Amino acid sequence: MSLGIGDEAPAFTLPDTAGEEHSLEGPAVVVFTCNHCPYALAWHDRIADATRDYPSVRFLAVNPNDAERYPADSLDAMRERVESEDWPMPYLRDESQEVARAFGAKTTPDVFVIGADGRLRYRGAPDPDHRDPSLNASWLREALDSVLAGEDVARPETDPVGCSVKWRQ
Amino acid sequence: MTVELLWWDGCPSHPEALAELRRILREEGVEAEVSRVQIEDDEQARRERFPGSPTIRIDGEDIVPPGEGDPFSLTCRVYRTRDGRFSPLPDPEDLREAIRSRAA
Repeated sequence: MSLGIGDEAPAFTLPDTAGEEHSLEGPAVVVFTCNHCPYALAWHDRIADATRDYPSVRFLAVNPNDAERYPADSLDAMRERVESEDWPMPYLRDESQEVARAFGAKTTPDVFVIGADGRLRYRGAPDPDHRDPSLNASWLREALDSVLAGEDVARPETDPVGCSVKWRQ
Repeated sequence: MTVELLWWDGCPSHPEALAELRRILREEGVEAEVSRVQIEDDEQARRERFPGSPTIRIDGEDIVPPGEGDPFSLTCRVYRTRDGRFSPLPDPEDLREAIRSRAA
């Protein structure tokens, strides 16, 4: 079951690739993402740019995929990626997949914007088209601008687009 | 010319891949049926040497041959466009080039 707009986001603490633990505190963006999915890779730079442009917002990238079947999503592979790329946000491992289940994550990427009150304000894709970098995560940015201005988000939900979350079997 | 589209339903790119493939075949004046092969489990993926969805083969040859040692499994395939971006679909010009070279 998915988290609905206005619902309280589930609290969690997860380790990043260096073993440091991170918790959810609003305002925040939780992005379920991974290493092996072309949609997640195509949108990654746009989400990273948004992270840099909204320093007052906590961005958390969470990889929930089953690494046994998808070794490209193992903790080691996540660590290698963070070390070789310029990541402006922590990359968290959701080994038990409990956080992804609690949020109702469906795809990588799947973006959740949480307000300062801890409630879900936006859920969906970063922007309308993974093929067009000029869109610059526009849906995510619109939501953040509204949340930070204390206004309602005009477009609170869009369809997440990407690879299915790889649940353990 | 035989044209195959191998796909897995865990990846949403196959309808777009099919439309793109048909469009380019039409533009190149090639009359070929696209044979669609759904890959449903890891065993079939290994048997079909399926590196991910979508995979397009022309006369049995992958239009973007996978790297040596790449696993065969149920996954979304990562392509690179000609300008270096990650993409769930092959660059249309790579597809066009593959069709032209076979049609010649």
